[in-house]
Amino acid sequence: MHEGAGKPGNDLILSVEDLAVHFPVGGGLLGGGRRLLRAVDGVDLELKRGECLGLVGESGCGKSTLALSILGLQMPTRGRIVLDGQVVTGRPSGDRKALARIVQMVFQDPYASLNPRQTVRRTLEDPLRLHGVTAKSEIEERVATMLRHVGLRPEQAGRYPHEFSGGQRQRIGIARALILNPKIVICDEPVSALDVSIRAQIINLLLELKETLGLSYIMISHDLGVVEHMSDRVAVMYLGRIVETGDWREIFERAAHPYTQTLIAAIPDPLRRAPLATTKGELPNPLNPPDGCAFAPRCRYAEAACHREPRPSLETRPDGHAVRCWRADEIAGRTALASTESGHP
Amino acid sequence: MTSPPLIEVEDLRIDLDDRSSHVAAVEGVSFRIDRGETFGLVGESGCGKSITALALIGLLRQPLSIGAGAIRFDGREIQGLASAEQRALRGNRIAMIFQEPMTALNPVSPVGRQIAEMFVLHKGKNWREANQLAVEALASVRVPAPERRVKDYPHQLSGGMRQRVMIAIALACGPDLLIADEPTTALDVTVQAEIIELMRNLCAERGTAILMISHDLGLVANVCRRVAVMYAGRIVEERGSADIFRACAHPYTQGLVDSLPRLGSRAALGRTRLQEIAGVVPAIADFPDGCRFNPRCARATEICRTTAPETTLLGAGGLVRCHHHA
Repeated sequence: MHEGAGKPGNDLILSVEDLAVHFPVGGGLLGGGRRLLRAVDGVDLELKRGECLGLVGESGCGKSTLALSILGLQMPTRGRIVLDGQVVTGRPSGDRKALARIVQMVFQDPYASLNPRQTVRRTLEDPLRLHGVTAKSEIEERVATMLRHVGLRPEQAGRYPHEFSGGQRQRIGIARALILNPKIVICDEPVSALDVSIRAQIINLLLELKETLGLSYIMISHDLGVVEHMSDRVAVMYLGRIVETGDWREIFERAAHPYTQTLIAAIPDPLRRAPLATTKGELPNPLNPPDGCAFAPRCRYAEAACHREPRPSLETRPDGHAVRCWRADEIAGRTALASTESGHP
Repeated sequence: MTSPPLIEVEDLRIDLDDRSSHVAAVEGVSFRIDRGETFGLVGESGCGKSITALALIGLLRQPLSIGAGAIRFDGREIQGLASAEQRALRGNRIAMIFQEPMTALNPVSPVGRQIAEMFVLHKGKNWREANQLAVEALASVRVPAPERRVKDYPHQLSGGMRQRVMIAIALACGPDLLIADEPTTALDVTVQAEIIELMRNLCAERGTAILMISHDLGLVANVCRRVAVMYAGRIVEERGSADIFRACAHPYTQGLVDSLPRLGSRAALGRTRLQEIAGVVPAIADFPDGCRFNPRCARATEICRTTAPETTLLGAGGLVRCHHHA
């Protein structure tokens, strides 16, 4: 499972280079001008072996489209995806099978993403058969091992999804993602459909599996508490572009982009009552994005230059912390001052 | 201070009947909310928090019904009221907003008309006056260009705008109590923050009390002055929101707080394994004997398995239902 891990200078398991996914909208029978929705618009992303990358952003920011592109389920308009040393963009769709052995996905809703008419055994066996594992004993062995890995008993394999609780169903969803021994797992909101008291179980399980199986994760979540707990690095997306990325501690303790700062300050904390940070307005229409910085219309630091082209570029600092904001340094100085005054709770 | 509380729930039981079985989905629930106060009910799915709210507003339908107990609004028992009187109360003095505004709004009616309807039904206005008031109501929930937006249908608005419309409808008649059932669960966090601040400010200005129902401990702690935690149909702890999650008296409350990956805790304490609450939430038909949390509780002893704990008043204010409370 670790082949390639030792190759010199090859600690990247995934790199996404200038990826764009554009959808044409309108122009059909209903008329209206034909316009372009830039769901993902020039994203660069790297995932190291054994790393968990948190991908954060609100609905419509393009994070799910990005995930689908990495899985090979959405053709990009432009750009390149390199998975485990192989360029996977621009290849015939039949290659999805090869892709499935490298990257898999855990979905948000385990009720909706499992076939209710298939036993757990069937759900786990099918991918193995599709990928050429035919020996009955090997299939049985791998299904049993995987069920133990996710904290279920092999005897439960004959049951149907409805016979399991929500948390157990998510364990089945994880087992299905892992049965082909992928190297990367994209977790799309893996705990948000679960009860609060069950979430900790699944988060702990995902972190354990990452260590024991040597996996790399892309963790998509709107729950910044979960992202902070699980991630080594974090990327923040807004309107199809990455606006800030860096080490988890940099992002959560020294967030430099006003959008990231707003996201963090908008999370209510059970142990501390404080007014929640608010922004002006809502996400702009992605069909008609604002000129200049996409966040400027909602940003309390925005100046005239922010509303004009060109849009700010993603500037990387020596420590790897990258920010897409003209005024990042200025704002960082100001918030550092404020946080030393208030202290940590 | 001798005036009755705005709403007083006493020993409420809600029965769930189907042909084969008869179980209590909610049992022994008591709480009171004063005028202008903010009160939160938190718990996981199936704990009974939403049906408790529906009981307050007289919207329980078969197979659910009130089995025992009293609900007094402004000193008057709600259950005995004729349905016309109940209807006059609903919308006018008690209003409710729901999780998904798309399903709560009428998709084939412009939002302005849906707001105006409140003034026609409850305040005896004619449509002309009501339409004007609807524009003002939309402006009060800070919808931009309200005179144009009143003509929009729900599908033309974003999720956040739809929830603003719901709040405008709910607050149209100046109710005494606003019940908000997971009002921001379907929304993004920055939109959630705006809706919460809007709801909190409007209610504070108008002296409207809030009963907020949520699974999000942080949200409830931030919005409400007092919080009750429900588990398997019972209130297990009720305290001021500044204390309840800081110095939990009930092991379930403590378990919930410990299982949360709180923002900032990894930076402060390093990545520690999250505390898990063993087991799963029991289904209504399988509520265990004694304390309903006992199969999942580390403090459980013999008495917890046989005897349901009574409500104990805490010295520092608040109450707890546990044989071994902190």
